[in-house]
Amino acid sequence: MQADKTQEHATPQGIAALDLPELYQCVHCGLCLNQCPTYRALQLEPESPRGRIHLVKAAAEGRIELNERFAEHLYLCLLCRACESACPSGVQYGHIAEAAREQLGPPGSELGRAVLNFVFTQMLPYRNRLRFAFALLRLYQRSGLQRIARLFLPKKLAEMEQLLPAIPSRFFKPHAGIAPAIGARRARIAMLDGCVMPLLFGSVNNATVRVLQRNGCDVIFPSQQSCCGALNVHNGETTAAKQMARRNIDAFLDADVEAVIVNAAGCGATMKEYGHLLRDDPDYRDKAERFSARVKDAGEFLADLGLVGELHPVEMTVTYQDPCHLVHGQRIRNQPRKLLQAIPGLKLVEMEGADRCCGSAGIYNLTHSGMSQHLLKEKMQSIAATGSEAIVAPNPGCMLQLRSGASRFGPDLKVYHLMDLLDRAYRQAD
Amino acid sequence: MAIEELVRSLREIVGDRYVLVEKEDVIVYEQDGSIFQVMPEIVALPGDVEQVAAVVKAAQSANVPIVPRGSGTGLAGGAVPAEGGVILSLTRLNRILKIDLENHIAVVEPGVINLDVTKAIAKDGFFYAPDPSSQAACSIGGNVANNSGGPHTLAYGVTTNHVLGVEVVLDDGSITWLGGEVPDTPGYDLRGVFVGSEGTLGIVTKIAVRLMRARESVRTLLAIFDQMDHATQTVVDITAAGIIPAALEIMDRTTIEAVERGAPVGFPRDAEAVLIVEVEGLSEHAERAIGLAREICQRDGAREVKLAADEAERQRLWKGRKGAFGAMGALAPNYYVQDGVVPRSKLPEMMRRIAEISQRFNLRIANVFHAGDGNLHPNILFDMRSPGELERVIDAGAATLRACIELGGSITGEHGIGLEKKAYIGLLFSETDLEAMARVRRAFDPDNRFNPAKLFPTPASCGEIRLQPGHIPAGLWI
Repeated sequence: MQADKTQEHATPQGIAALDLPELYQCVHCGLCLNQCPTYRALQLEPESPRGRIHLVKAAAEGRIELNERFAEHLYLCLLCRACESACPSGVQYGHIAEAAREQLGPPGSELGRAVLNFVFTQMLPYRNRLRFAFALLRLYQRSGLQRIARLFLPKKLAEMEQLLPAIPSRFFKPHAGIAPAIGARRARIAMLDGCVMPLLFGSVNNATVRVLQRNGCDVIFPSQQSCCGALNVHNGETTAAKQMARRNIDAFLDADVEAVIVNAAGCGATMKEYGHLLRDDPDYRDKAERFSARVKDAGEFLADLGLVGELHPVEMTVTYQDPCHLVHGQRIRNQPRKLLQAIPGLKLVEMEGADRCCGSAGIYNLTHSGMSQHLLKEKMQSIAATGSEAIVAPNPGCMLQLRSGASRFGPDLKVYHLMDLLDRAYRQAD
Repeated sequence: MAIEELVRSLREIVGDRYVLVEKEDVIVYEQDGSIFQVMPEIVALPGDVEQVAAVVKAAQSANVPIVPRGSGTGLAGGAVPAEGGVILSLTRLNRILKIDLENHIAVVEPGVINLDVTKAIAKDGFFYAPDPSSQAACSIGGNVANNSGGPHTLAYGVTTNHVLGVEVVLDDGSITWLGGEVPDTPGYDLRGVFVGSEGTLGIVTKIAVRLMRARESVRTLLAIFDQMDHATQTVVDITAAGIIPAALEIMDRTTIEAVERGAPVGFPRDAEAVLIVEVEGLSEHAERAIGLAREICQRDGAREVKLAADEAERQRLWKGRKGAFGAMGALAPNYYVQDGVVPRSKLPEMMRRIAEISQRFNLRIANVFHAGDGNLHPNILFDMRSPGELERVIDAGAATLRACIELGGSITGEHGIGLEKKAYIGLLFSETDLEAMARVRRAFDPDNRFNPAKLFPTPASCGEIRLQPGHIPAGLWI
């Protein structure tokens, strides 16, 4: 009985690029299982963090191939990194999954992969192209074309089309010079404009700038900055991602600032890990580490700085959704709650599983809509149980997902960014 | 019946999605929380008791083994498919079927996570007592199979003390209850026979568990020692003073380093040992007992004694303690955990012997243990990839278990025998003892269908665990 098993282990030809040090930190204890959204939903070990780590290790050893089945398991993962918060050994699962996806390339069918590759390498790195594309989409939505198209689109496309958020009438335009501190100057900071943020959530960017100004910050937007590359890194594209990282490092490191402020959790997590992304780049490795050390989430930065100025009451009961890449990716759990509680009149009611993924996960809601909707439905039930009037989720992906959840499953609640509410509290004080 | 035919009938029973045969699916079931690996052929995940019974019958007709598996957190290789066949994963049977607070009873399915039982009743002031360190992940079914303990075993006993009855699927596919929802059913205590049987008698599909009322007050302290001897002596003295704490846990310097590197909770990294003492009861009692424990710690040489100020601080201490095994990965790629028991009074002696074994075999050993009931967990740290190391690990493990027995103890406290310790069971039981147990097994499972090659020594393995040359780790247990 042992003989065949011996052969099992004897297959050579491992994948050296996957022989990652992180793999040897996992001792198979299983404490990650029950924290993993896909494992919770399916109860299947191959859809768990421990299972996926085991698969990558087996591929590194040459015991299995990087075939379609392997890819399905690695891509059903939301990359929410809840497993990292649960891991007693501190295994950085994200690095393992990203490395595996780099080997696999983007997910989906041949056409899907081509589209994603185009978006990752030809759209995201170019702000003007993105702006133009979103302007076209806006035209599509407002010209009546959308209503006509919906009659003819095939089912699958129609479902994806449904997920298209309403494009606001105005995009965010970053300040050309300095947005100066109001009152005594306490810090000089640079802000990431973002790729989707200025197009879909321009008002959040504006709110963030105002809140920072009121807290004594000079705010600048280095003009050479680019998209952070998070979507690329999460979906197996690293060449363009590294270019974007280098561009941001150059743009922000030369600006004489104390911190690089990010109001999108996914971007913040990625930018804090540029050191890892560029670990094999001798010219940028050290710069990347220095850059990453300066990156701060807007909520993290403000909570540490301490709010100043008068906050007007905002009479509202809200619940807080931890964006995965804030709570698990950056270990920022208390700071946003502390800021919310600083707003007079605002009541924060915790939901069950606030730090569990809502199913947005970058483009996951498009590539895996079944699992995404399952998680969203559960999330909306937890939210409903709190009796809140609104949801706070400081990340664009979560905000879009929860908005669609509110209209699809109810309860019909408003979704805010943390900066929206802080800004409102400050503005009403005027 | 050919394998293809078996797979076809399994698919009919549980549905295509829940029968796994592709290599990229089944390979993740080759290992549990231990270091043993054997590649499975088929994994079936039934969704209810009828499906479980049908899977058992199908395996019966195909004449292949059935290996039950819960969350796969076991530390003795109990869920590894040593002789192939079907892995019967019970993770989908994860419903809490009934909570009866008036009668302090819950009925749960085997895939329910241990901690989820307590979570479901905590708001009403109740808890489920057995609390293995893996309780955030391990299943009640797995706890029943291994008669699991945990830090609070000291006060509350092990799983069997909290299981009133079990519904089981027997080898012929019939479904029956052993015990029930009331304590002390007449006749043979077959419930007791099933608890701790490591999946060798049948498949548990429902469990009636006892729920307990949360105590009025819980007080917890952390004592920090510069010498391990002082920490173990303190444990002896605390119990000698007549205090029965709810938990008495020791972690040594190496374990502290692992926890602080992996997921830090703030244990002092320069200490040789930390001792967690927890007492519970009415407020006055808990207050007095913790005060007394504190005095004893100080008298026995603790350099510092800290009382947990609030529940958050207490939770932090336990998070560090319960993450200790999993944190070993922060120090080494592999660890081999032992589960020895010695009489409490022999703890100081045993710790000296482990230190000596660590030196003799030139291996780091991290100690974390339920000191209150003398249940040791020396974790031997190693790297499977470095040649010859595994052999030394096996020998060092054997040496610690022998030391336990020499000091009047046992080779397992709570992790079970599984694959890992079956070679050593002969050290503890006579031929006659083992034959008596084998007769019980034959009565339930005459065909040796359920989890074969576990628990009992195989003829080839009476004596030493041997390695097959150049082959790890599946040959480890032969």
